[in-house]
Amino acid sequence: MQGEPVLDIRSLTVRLPGGADRMNAVEEVSLSVHRNEIVCIVGESGSGKSVTAFTVMGLLPKGILVPTGGEVLLEGEDVLKATPQRLRDLRGTRMAMIFQEPMTALNPVLTIGDQVDEVLRIHTQLGPRERKAKVIDIMASIRLPDPERLFDAYPHQISGGQRQRIMIAAALVLDPALLIADEPTTALDVTTQAQILALIKDLQRRRGTGVLFITHDFGVVAEIADRVVVMQNGRVVEQGPAEAVLRRPTQPYTRMLIEAVPSLEPKPRAAIAGPVAVETVGLSKIYGGGGLFKKERTVRAADNVNLAVRRGETLGIVGESGSGKTTVARCIARLIAPSSGAIRLKDADIASLPERRLRPYRRRIQVVFQDPYRSLNPRRTVGASIIEGPMNFGLSERDALDRARSLLRLVGLSPDALERYPHQFSGGQRQRIAIARALAMEPDVLIADEAVSALDVSVQAQVLDLLDDIKRRFDLAVLFITHDLRVAAQICDRIMVMEKGIVVEDGPTHRVFNAPEHPYTRALLDAAPGRGFGFGKAA
Amino acid sequence: MSAEPAILDTARPVAARPPSDAWRRLFRHPGVLVGGFILLFMVIVGLCAPLLGTIDPSGINPTVRNRLPGFERTIRADDGTEIPFTFRMGTDSLGRDVYSRVLYGARVSILVGVIVAVISIVVGLVIGLIAGYVRWLDGIIMRFMDGLMAIPAILLAIALVSLFRAGLFSVIVAIVVPEIPRVVRLVRSIVLSVREEPYVEAAIMAGTPTPKLLIRHVLPNTVAPLIVQGTFICASAILIEAILSFLGIGIPPETPTWGNIMAEGRSLFRVFPHNIFYPGIFLALTVLAVNMLGDGLRDTLDPKMAQR
Repeated sequence: MQGEPVLDIRSLTVRLPGGADRMNAVEEVSLSVHRNEIVCIVGESGSGKSVTAFTVMGLLPKGILVPTGGEVLLEGEDVLKATPQRLRDLRGTRMAMIFQEPMTALNPVLTIGDQVDEVLRIHTQLGPRERKAKVIDIMASIRLPDPERLFDAYPHQISGGQRQRIMIAAALVLDPALLIADEPTTALDVTTQAQILALIKDLQRRRGTGVLFITHDFGVVAEIADRVVVMQNGRVVEQGPAEAVLRRPTQPYTRMLIEAVPSLEPKPRAAIAGPVAVETVGLSKIYGGGGLFKKERTVRAADNVNLAVRRGETLGIVGESGSGKTTVARCIARLIAPSSGAIRLKDADIASLPERRLRPYRRRIQVVFQDPYRSLNPRRTVGASIIEGPMNFGLSERDALDRARSLLRLVGLSPDALERYPHQFSGGQRQRIAIARALAMEPDVLIADEAVSALDVSVQAQVLDLLDDIKRRFDLAVLFITHDLRVAAQICDRIMVMEKGIVVEDGPTHRVFNAPEHPYTRALLDAAPGRGFGFGKAA
Repeated sequence: MSAEPAILDTARPVAARPPSDAWRRLFRHPGVLVGGFILLFMVIVGLCAPLLGTIDPSGINPTVRNRLPGFERTIRADDGTEIPFTFRMGTDSLGRDVYSRVLYGARVSILVGVIVAVISIVVGLVIGLIAGYVRWLDGIIMRFMDGLMAIPAILLAIALVSLFRAGLFSVIVAIVVPEIPRVVRLVRSIVLSVREEPYVEAAIMAGTPTPKLLIRHVLPNTVAPLIVQGTFICASAILIEAILSFLGIGIPPETPTWGNIMAEGRSLFRVFPHNIFYPGIFLALTVLAVNMLGDGLRDTLDPKMAQR
């Protein structure tokens, strides 16, 4: 790398407020970003990677997180010593940041053009006409169609990917030396993510910007990084050129993280021949349509979906947001009523049963939800949550508690968890509790709706193993909903690909991955980050 | 069947927080302390009125009409003996002791405030839970509530009072009815957001019957906001009762209430302001105290709301 670094962090320490689980959010962190270089900070939640980025931007919450040591040199100037006024000047002109959530980072009541223009209005003396020309120019360079027209559009009128492009445009319009990207593609679909990554890489090469890129996803790291910094519990574990760190990690923690990344190449699995546990025929769900006074636009969230899951089999439904995969799952769980079609559970059709007649079938289908922080009632003990269902179906409290204890042991938690409250557990532990709760009902069908998407990669691997194990142990039919192809490749026997409510491809996992027939499936596979890298092969 | 997996990670507290935290913060909040203290004072004054040197608050004495505070005169006590008595807050135009009336008036005001708050919260909670959870009833209930809200509260109260005989009961009904829609709206909005929570859906999947589901998983989320709302309803009920009494359509004038005392003193306000001044001070202090208590409760029970 040439010359002086754009960003040079030297043994930075940021203290956490008292009562936290460790002393410092970030401890003795040193790293540097040079011109024309992308440095990825990668780590699991709570590793201090975002705190590092926020320290550089001077955006730490005042009085709560306090830098207590080290220096953060932006082109030689220590931003820790900068006045608030100086920091404001630096932000936008010398350093800029893009955030994870493009939905909330833009002001919904201002036009897009206005919001990019605002940066220029604050930091430059340019006249209105020059500014507009400059804004249109940068909007064209981020490959937005018809920038003249989009200038006057409001954020809700454009897609999530386009919003993230606008954020990038606003960040880069003044040619900052340093761009900090905090999980900028985490909230995006995989195909959109691929486009945004390509865009960041391209803009960075053309403008020579130094980029500090924060991510938890090793696929993204493999895709974009020149150098990698691995963080754990606020400390830098390992850093070096991307190729070296990813291929020849020297630290056990790094090796563990990389090995936990699921492979995109599924192992061949024998077809499952068990009896069909649940089946849908022509399942459709239409949202909207005719209010009392106006005709509403209708959305066909699921259109003529036919699927069957056998006992002992895992069927994956993959697709991007809006593909209808969750709608299908919620219909089968009868959390919503399908508009038409049949849901056959053994011999009964539960598609249109009213709630009262549905109850006997409830325990046969159970769901593990995506967000482990919200799927357990925070006011009730873990035990109360687990025994609620069995007791609804007539089990005595003592028997239900006995069952809960043995299930907790089964999912790898100690039975004394029964008396504790959900906030005392980590995300992965809570997801284990949710699995135990579902199993307590002794279901035939288990629906996992993005059940591992909110978890860190190492925890994700454990929960996937657990799901696979209980499937075999209880001979369950598992319907696994995910947007993550890597996860799907690991656990699914068969895969259904959905696009805009329609099933576009359906087949055994290894066939779908190795010889995709539908162009959409191919696009999804091509967009998977780090595809060329071959994660998980060694494992 | 494979062997049971080893216990991977035992239940290690990730973020243990003492549950008494909210209570401790509550009793340290200045609004709660000051408001609670004043309110407690008013309650004691109302309860102990007979012991605080008062005489019959409704006793008319034509010989001592319209005297200024501090006037002294011997009066006949219940047992027939003549005793000297100081009219600390003067007398009204019928010769009744204002001090006694103000102290006894605290009873009616606080009683009305608390009863109205409790009834409107209970009724509003039930209607709100139903409106928020039973989708097809929502439209019907909420349009009815909108209709109620469209009528000014005082006008509605006047209309309701004129339907019944004026008295404590009809005043309470008259104040409760216009308050209900506000509670219903609050509860409904909470139910609408909570019913989407995955833990509620998990309870549906567990086959929990709807009434149990509402009480066990939805209701607890409404408690903190409703306690806060209850204090504000209490304060406004005390004010509306005073307004109704002041307008002469509330509780009958012989019963001492702060509104009645002020109504009585209205005509001679310029010459004898004490008839309005003393009950006015008590009314303002009580409402202020209840509101301070409510703000304090909101800050501690619902910190998110306080930052707005």
